[in-house]
Amino acid sequence: MPSAFASQLPSFPAFQLRLSCAKISLLMDTHSSPSGVVRTVASIGAAFRLAGQALVCMVTPPLDFGETLRQLDRIGVGSLNLTNITALFTGMVLAVQSAYTLSKFGARLYIGEIVTLSLVRELGPVLTALMVGGRVGSGIAAELGSMTVTEQVDALRSMAADPVRKLVVPRLWATLLMLPALTVLADGMGIIGGLFIAVFQEGLTADFYFTRVFRALQFNDLLLGLTKPAIFAFIIAIIGCYNGLNARGGADGVGRAATNTVYAASICILIADFFFTKLIIGLAP
Amino acid sequence: MTEPVIVLDQVSRAFGPNRVLIDASLEINAGEIVAILGASGSGKSVTLKTINGLIVPDSGSVDVLGHRVNELRERDLAPLRQRISYLFQGGALFDSMTVFDNIAFPIREHLKMDSEELAQRVAALLAMVQLDDVEHLAPSELSGGMKKRVAVARALALEPEIILYDEPTTGLDPVTGETIANLILDLDRRLGVTSLVVTHDIPLVLRVAERVAFLEHGRFVFDGTLEAARTSGPEIVKRFFQAGVSHA
Repeated sequence: MPSAFASQLPSFPAFQLRLSCAKISLLMDTHSSPSGVVRTVASIGAAFRLAGQALVCMVTPPLDFGETLRQLDRIGVGSLNLTNITALFTGMVLAVQSAYTLSKFGARLYIGEIVTLSLVRELGPVLTALMVGGRVGSGIAAELGSMTVTEQVDALRSMAADPVRKLVVPRLWATLLMLPALTVLADGMGIIGGLFIAVFQEGLTADFYFTRVFRALQFNDLLLGLTKPAIFAFIIAIIGCYNGLNARGGADGVGRAATNTVYAASICILIADFFFTKLIIGLAP
Repeated sequence: MTEPVIVLDQVSRAFGPNRVLIDASLEINAGEIVAILGASGSGKSVTLKTINGLIVPDSGSVDVLGHRVNELRERDLAPLRQRISYLFQGGALFDSMTVFDNIAFPIREHLKMDSEELAQRVAALLAMVQLDDVEHLAPSELSGGMKKRVAVARALALEPEIILYDEPTTGLDPVTGETIANLILDLDRRLGVTSLVVTHDIPLVLRVAERVAFLEHGRFVFDGTLEAARTSGPEIVKRFFQAGVSHA
C-alpha cells in the first residue's frame, strides 16, 4: 500500500489535501522515495482525515438509508454466528479454567463472577471486535478495493457523488450500530457457555450461577462493555474503508487491502483497548 | 469561431518517477469531436481524468466550461461534473446495483423525478444504446458489450454538455461499435455535445473525429484535422493510422 499511496494521494477526494497537506503531497510525489516512517505517518494522517470527513457526513444529511440498511444486514446479521459461537466457547473455556484454578483454593463458587467480569469488561468487546474486524473489516476493504480498482469509485466522483457519503458513512453507521449489539449478544452467549460448565461440570445450580453473575456486574462494567465496541467499530470501519479506497493494482491490491485491514485493525483494537481501559478505570475506579 | 470549452495549458503529472503528462496543452471547442490517440501508457486516460478533476495535475492549468478545474475543491467540482460525463474504459458499473439503478443513479442524485418518469427516462436511455429488457439484470449478468452500452446510457443520463469517452469501443463487436459511433455522431449533431474520445480504434476515429490530437510520451506531438493527421502529420501519427486501417 505505501508504494501506491504516493501516486494516489492527490486523486481521491479524501486525500486531495492540496494546500492543507501540500507538505505530505510533496513528500509523496517527490522522485526520491520517502522513508517508510514518513509514508506510515502520511497514511495515518490521511486515515484520520477520512475519519474526520466521515464524521461530518454522518451527522449531516443526506444519509443513504438503503445502503445503510444493506450494510446493517451484512455487518450485523452476517456476523452473528461467528461472534456468538466464539463467545459461547470462550465462556465455556473461561469457566473450565476458572473452575480448575479456583478449586485449588476452594473458591469455585466464584465461577459466575469471573466469567461475567472477564467477558463483559474485556473478552466480549475485544474478541467480538477482533472477529468482526477480521470478517467485516476485510470485507469492507475488499469490496471498496474492488470498486476502486475497477474505477467504480472514480465513476461515483465523476457523477458528482461523494464517495465518503455514499460508501464510507453507511458502513460506518452500520458497524457503529451493530458491533455494540453483537457484543451484548456475545456477552450473553459467553455467560451461557459458563453456565453449562458451572451446572454440568461443577454441579452448581443455574439460580446460584445467575445470582453471582448479576451481583458481579457494576455500572462501570456495563459502561466499558458498551463504549469499547463503539470505539472498536469506528476503528474497524475507518481502517477497512481507508484501505479499500486506497487499493491499487488489481486483484493483488485488493487482497493486500483486505490483509492490511485485518492486521491494522487488530493491532489498533488491542492498543485502543488498553488505553481506554486505563482511562475508564482511572476516571472511575 | 466557437469558444474553447476545454483548455489544457502546460499540464504535467507524474506518478512517482513516472512522468505521464509533460507540459501537455490542448484546446477543444464547443461541439467538436476530438480523438486523442497515442500508444498505451502515453497519458491519454490521465488527460481525460485531469479534465473532470479525477486527477489533479502537478503543474499547469485545466479550464473546463469556464472553470479552473485544478483549483476547485472536490465539493465545488460537483456542479461542473453534472455537465461532464465520463465513460470509463471498463464501464465502471456499480456491481451492487441493477442496470436500472445504475442508469438511474445520476438522475436520482441530481434531478427530481417521480418513479414513473424515471422509469421512462431509463427505458429511453436504454433504447438509445439499443438495449431492452435488461433493467432488472445485475452487471455481472451482462456481456462486455452490453456493460459498455449500459455505461454509455448512464453517461447520457444527465444530458451532459461534454462527454469524455475512454476507449468506448474496446472489446465490442463491430456492430455494437458502429452503434456507439453513431451515438457519438448523433449526440454531436442533435445536441451539440462536445466529445473527447480516447481510443486505439482507428475506424472509429475515421468515422467520428473532426480533429485528432496525438500523445507521445506525455506530450501532444500533433493536433490537427483528421486529413492532416493522415497525410501531413508526424511519421508516428501516419504510421498509427496506417497500422490501424490495415488492422481493421
